[in-house]
Amino acid sequence: MKPILLSLLGVVVALGSGCGRGPSGQSITVAGSTAFQPFAEKLADQYMQSHPEATITVQGGGSSLGIQSALAGTAQVGMADLVTLPPEASGLTAMVAARDGIAVIVNPLNPLKDLSTGQIRDIFNGKIRNWKDAGGEDRPIRVVSRETGSGTRSSFEDIIGGISLLKESLVQDSNGTIRETVANDRDSIGYLSLGLLNDKVRAVKVDGGVCSDEAILAGHYKLVRPIYLLTQANASGVAADFVAYVLSSLGQDTIRRNGLLPAK
Amino acid sequence: MKGTGEKAAEWILRGLAFSALASLLLIAVFIFKEGAPFIFRLGLKDFLLSSDWRPHEGHFGISPMIVASFWVTLGAMLVGAPLGIAGAIFLNEFVPIQVRRIVKPMIELLAGIPSVVFGFIGVMVVAPLIRNHLGGPGLSLLAASLILGIMILPTIISISSDAIASVPRSYREGALALGATRWQSVHMVVLKAARSGIVAGIILGMGRAVGETMAVIMVAGNAVANPRSPLESVRTMTANIAQEMGSATGMHRQALFATGVVLFISIMVLNGLAMAAMKKREVKA
Repeated sequence: MKPILLSLLGVVVALGSGCGRGPSGQSITVAGSTAFQPFAEKLADQYMQSHPEATITVQGGGSSLGIQSALAGTAQVGMADLVTLPPEASGLTAMVAARDGIAVIVNPLNPLKDLSTGQIRDIFNGKIRNWKDAGGEDRPIRVVSRETGSGTRSSFEDIIGGISLLKESLVQDSNGTIRETVANDRDSIGYLSLGLLNDKVRAVKVDGGVCSDEAILAGHYKLVRPIYLLTQANASGVAADFVAYVLSSLGQDTIRRNGLLPAK
Repeated sequence: MKGTGEKAAEWILRGLAFSALASLLLIAVFIFKEGAPFIFRLGLKDFLLSSDWRPHEGHFGISPMIVASFWVTLGAMLVGAPLGIAGAIFLNEFVPIQVRRIVKPMIELLAGIPSVVFGFIGVMVVAPLIRNHLGGPGLSLLAASLILGIMILPTIISISSDAIASVPRSYREGALALGATRWQSVHMVVLKAARSGIVAGIILGMGRAVGETMAVIMVAGNAVANPRSPLESVRTMTANIAQEMGSATGMHRQALFATGVVLFISIMVLNGLAMAAMKKREVKA
């Protein structure tokens, strides 16, 4: 037993010292929103190229985790994609790093083109259960939603307002599986991050507004959520510098090129 | 010198054996510590019997998930048990040993296929078939039962097959000598003698079905509602924990641990039953 324990201990010590190497305060963790995670990884790579002394680790975990770990200090920068930040986040400095549209999607075979906010609310509440009551074919509606705690879901429900999700709704736990479900089932309706929209599904107009980057930038589409970077109020060093980098024209340009909307 | 080596090996093995036990104990203590107080605070009735699961509004009723776990498991048994037992009988009684030597390892290989692959097949093949031919969303209780039924086949086949193989040759010879046909000797003598082993195999398969998570999340649709037909979507207890754990805090998190407590107890009961069934076989043999 002892030799094994000793060698394990050796490994742990070696790993530990590896992490701690380099000047202190140069290594930070960014955690939270899975919607923003791929963008944060790209931004971190770019930042590290121009700042070789800094190490940035990007983790997912979801918006709630992003807020929790920024509060607890386990991450120096938290990412959250919520329309309204929860009250416990009020002690943190929140900067809008990007914006993201939420597309309401149906199967490409569904002829319906346009829904109002009220119709979307009624569909997700279960008041409208047939497409013909929303101006479509005489077929049942199948609602697909994200899981409780998803940033996309809480933003969607916040903006539409008054949603108490129909119990029979299917629940999928990522943008990708929502897209697959809607792509496979011609009677279904769901929602996902605009950046992940592809031609296997079709986005409907909401209150007459097309879901596109241009429409959002022009203010014609209402399902838009901000993506926040959260730091503790007295943040300094790499954390503050990285946030500044993301907000700079260089960082915003990266965000735009990769399919999200810039903050302004 | 040899003595010390021997001693060291003994201690290492002892340590490893106890570490497995310790981790089981640790898991049990942790789940109960996190989940049990919540159950008592909310009340057993509100937790187990209410069907209202809206964790952000303080409603934590898991009855639809208990019901879902029950039906999905039962469905998996209806698919897996007859196929599994029939397969085991066939492999032991009706094919030459060379065929068995090839087929049985292949079936056991099925156990090594990751559950996410089963889930993928469920989403891509089984669910569309159900949706197009039977109606409903496709991602359903039925789809989950079919996929799980196939997933538990290797467990049922290999344990039943071992039980059937361990029935002494003399039993079969006796039956045949009395003029029984092959099938008569199988179902009147061999199956009766191997019964407890077969039951143990079924119960272990059931344990796997109750606990399976990934494949079920992918194919069951995860709606929190009491199903009115096998074509409707359901969310099992395991799916509920896995889907919501990532973002749950406070009461919600405790509620998920409490779901884990219910799951833990049901799996312990099933394993206990399996062990009891196995023990009976040992006494008999």
